[in-house]
Amino acid sequence: MQDWIHLRIRRQDGPETPAYWQEFRLPYAPDQNVVSVLMRLREHPVTIEGTWVEPVAWDSNCMEEVCGSCAMSINGVPRPSCSALIDDLAQPILLEPLPKFPVVRDLLVDRSRMDTGLSRVKAWIEIDGAWDIHEGAPRISPAEWSENYLYSRCMSCGCCMAACPQYGSHSDFIGPAPLAQVRLMNAHPTGRYDKTDRLHRIMATGGLSDCGNAQNCVRVCPKAIPLTTAIGELGRQTTLQALKDLFGRG
Amino acid sequence: MTAAPKAIVIGGGLGGLWAALRIADAGCQVRLFSLFEVKRSHSVCAQGGINAVLDTKGERDSIRQHIVDTIKGGEYLANQPPIKSMCESAPGLIRTFERMGVTFSRTPEGILDQRLFGGVKNRRTCFAGASTGQQLLYGVDQQVRRLESQGRIEKHEWWEFLSLLLDEDGICRGITAMDLRSLEIRAFPAEAVVMATGGFGQIYAPKTTTSTNCTGAAASRCYQQGARFANAEFFQFHPTAMIGTDKTRLMSEAARGEGGRIWVPRNPDDARPPHSIPESERFYILEEFFPSYGNTVARDEASRAIWRVTRQMGLGIGGSDRVYLDLTHLDRGFVSKRLGAILDIYRKFAGTDPLSQPMEIFPAAHYPMGGLWVDFEPDASGGMRPGSLRNHATSILGLYACGECDYAYHGANRLGANSLLSASFSGRVAGESATNYLKGLARATAEPSERILTEEVERQTAINRRLMESDGSENPYRLHRELGELMTSKVGVVRANPELEMALAELQTLRARLGSASLGNSRAWANQTLSFTRQLGDMIELAMVVARSALERDECRGAHYKSDFQIRIPEGKFPGDPEYEDYRARWKANNDRWLKTSVAEWRPDGPAIRYEAVDLGVYPPTDPRDYR
Ligand SMILES: Cc1cc2nc3c(=O)[nH]c(=O)nc-3n(C[C@H](O)[C@H](O)[C@H](O)COP(=O)(O)OP(=O)(O)OC[C@H]3O[C@@H](n4cnc5c(N)ncnc54)[C@H](O)[C@@H]3O)c2cc1C
Repeated sequence: MQDWIHLRIRRQDGPETPAYWQEFRLPYAPDQNVVSVLMRLREHPVTIEGTWVEPVAWDSNCMEEVCGSCAMSINGVPRPSCSALIDDLAQPILLEPLPKFPVVRDLLVDRSRMDTGLSRVKAWIEIDGAWDIHEGAPRISPAEWSENYLYSRCMSCGCCMAACPQYGSHSDFIGPAPLAQVRLMNAHPTGRYDKTDRLHRIMATGGLSDCGNAQNCVRVCPKAIPLTTAIGELGRQTTLQALKDLFGRG
Repeated sequence: MTAAPKAIVIGGGLGGLWAALRIADAGCQVRLFSLFEVKRSHSVCAQGGINAVLDTKGERDSIRQHIVDTIKGGEYLANQPPIKSMCESAPGLIRTFERMGVTFSRTPEGILDQRLFGGVKNRRTCFAGASTGQQLLYGVDQQVRRLESQGRIEKHEWWEFLSLLLDEDGICRGITAMDLRSLEIRAFPAEAVVMATGGFGQIYAPKTTTSTNCTGAAASRCYQQGARFANAEFFQFHPTAMIGTDKTRLMSEAARGEGGRIWVPRNPDDARPPHSIPESERFYILEEFFPSYGNTVARDEASRAIWRVTRQMGLGIGGSDRVYLDLTHLDRGFVSKRLGAILDIYRKFAGTDPLSQPMEIFPAAHYPMGGLWVDFEPDASGGMRPGSLRNHATSILGLYACGECDYAYHGANRLGANSLLSASFSGRVAGESATNYLKGLARATAEPSERILTEEVERQTAINRRLMESDGSENPYRLHRELGELMTSKVGVVRANPELEMALAELQTLRARLGSASLGNSRAWANQTLSFTRQLGDMIELAMVVARSALERDECRGAHYKSDFQIRIPEGKFPGDPEYEDYRARWKANNDRWLKTSVAEWRPDGPAIRYEAVDLGVYPPTDPRDYR
């Protein structure tokens, strides 16, 4: 067993300042994950050289892998840090901010572009208002439910976007997560009413056709969401839509 | 020109998003504040489900029964008109969630499935796989995004509410908030403010199932500015949370329900792996303490038994705060099928498999029944009058509260799957009240005087400056750990007055020590230590309310347990027996004395507590609970 937990953390004081690395060593303890170690570290932020530094900034909330806050790059892989168990990680453990998103400070990034993506594709069901109309939604078969449910668990952690070669500041590509939500909304019995609109939105620049089919997204998704299946289904939907558009039956 | 009246909602969990939707639907402009993207709010943690009577299981379930279960579950301490209205509205809320696209689990016929949940006899709980809270929150999050795209809601994510703007008459006229990146502090005038900032489990950290942001600081700030805080002594502890140093994660009741056994080695120094400890050397805690119920005793009883064995008898595994929750004797296939979600969480966060090795658990602070005091207006039917300005109004005019940060629905103990319901329902009600308040304002849109804004911004800025410049010897994160340890040991599952007095004294010391905290973080950009240190001060204030309210309440009710004041049912005696009738008389006398809401008001030297009558108009207590 190891005596230490050895961390190499990529730090950055602000969005415009250069990044730098710092190393830390904490006494080994069982039952630790990356967040719990960062919590210990902030009580005593002293580098391997013995320098007292400012505590590392990072984001976390639920600690159960459902809120999506704590995603970062751990040993080069984008993933939630609350479920990254120390005993399973090769040391030194490399912690870096989630790639592709602007750094706010240290491991804290700005993921607002994910929200913008969701708005762009109208990732919601149009309802008259949030009041009771004395009727629910149309029925959904258990089989259909179980497929939809896979997609409704997307927590906007951003791992799929971080791993996608097409996504980033260099491109307009909307990324896998918002696309999967189009798949979800288009399957809902009343969400279908706006299917055409959503499809047109992902047929524009930065949409579905920018996907390079690298399949990284599905490999890193912590919730095992079948992102590439969604993208495949959307491919068929948009092809059909393009034909309908062509023959004026939008 | 009169602009659309402005409302502010603070908090983007279920409560806050429902409030925002309701206000925007009524045509008023809303500003929505949250510490982070709203969809990351603590509401996502709820797995189990949400209660609503749909009566689709052939069990003759009724709304009346839901009302009675809620009232009894809270040991009569909650005002009954709001409960009545909540239970009546539940089916409509579920239908609305369904229209929003929430992926509720289905029956073979494609309608919403319902399951059985703790403390009730009927299948009444809707669920969405094993992530009900997440799915419900996303439903309203999507609707808020829809209205945002129409410019009807304006989100301020990564902004922290700091204080209320109160005018000369003590009326709430807006808030101050801090941008968590630039640390800029700004005043946001508004005619109505809705607090929906969630619970405060973090005062027990790390022994809590709540998210790291559930500090209660926002509610505490309102309390310190004069809002009343009610029933703070009632905190639900969950008996089986898996061990963690960051937080402890909930292992649902189902683990015990399906045959899980709780035990410790009879010898706490026994270092053998659990499976090689012979039966004769195991102490099956619940089976020995409760021969007739065994491992399925109620939450509270289980928590107290584990407490007794670890903290009083010193029999925790290796002398620590741990006991085994064992599933290894059960059929693997059966367990995998029935408890899949628990197994996944445990494997993921502990790295071991509960099918081959017992889980290690301990009770954890789970849900505060107490919160900001809110009003209601009863109507002739015994419910809450729809549309009344008083519903969910705090004691500060213009300030409303909903969700886990209010105290309204759960009395002395919360029924499982009732708080997603109360958060949603109360959010909608608070939104409606705030809207009606806005529409009825005589002074229209007169802005509060500039002086109020600048003075408050200055006061908040000065707090930041002092903290940034302080170079004392205390580390705020370590102080937080001490706070959690103190609250867990002395204001936790089992309480006694001498310890509560000590706790109050120690809280005073913590408060003083926080005065010499050093941030070790001087950058005026995304400075998390600054924001946390401020929150810690507010957590200590709240902890004082909890401890003081607990000290003053000399009885056992719901989650509040003081062994010195327990009134026991005489063994083997039943109604009609003189001993039982004597017990009934004591029970009645105790209710006359203690069936009251405790209401705290902030004072510089600690909270002042007084008591208020409970509205028992729907289902008054006539008989003690008797589970025999
Ligand atoms: C592990 C777990 C499981 C649970 N399971 C169930 C269940 O199965 N069924 C059930 O009914 N209930 C369950 N609950 C309880 C239920 O989830 C919560 O009571 C409910 O979701 C609370 O919602 P809320 O909107 O009040 O608060 P939250 O969801 O906590 O939201 C609080 C919001 O306030 C914001 N906020 C806080 N402070 C500030 C500030 N200073 N400035 C700006 N914004 C601020 C936050 O950003 C956040 O958006 C569970 C709770 C836990 C801990």
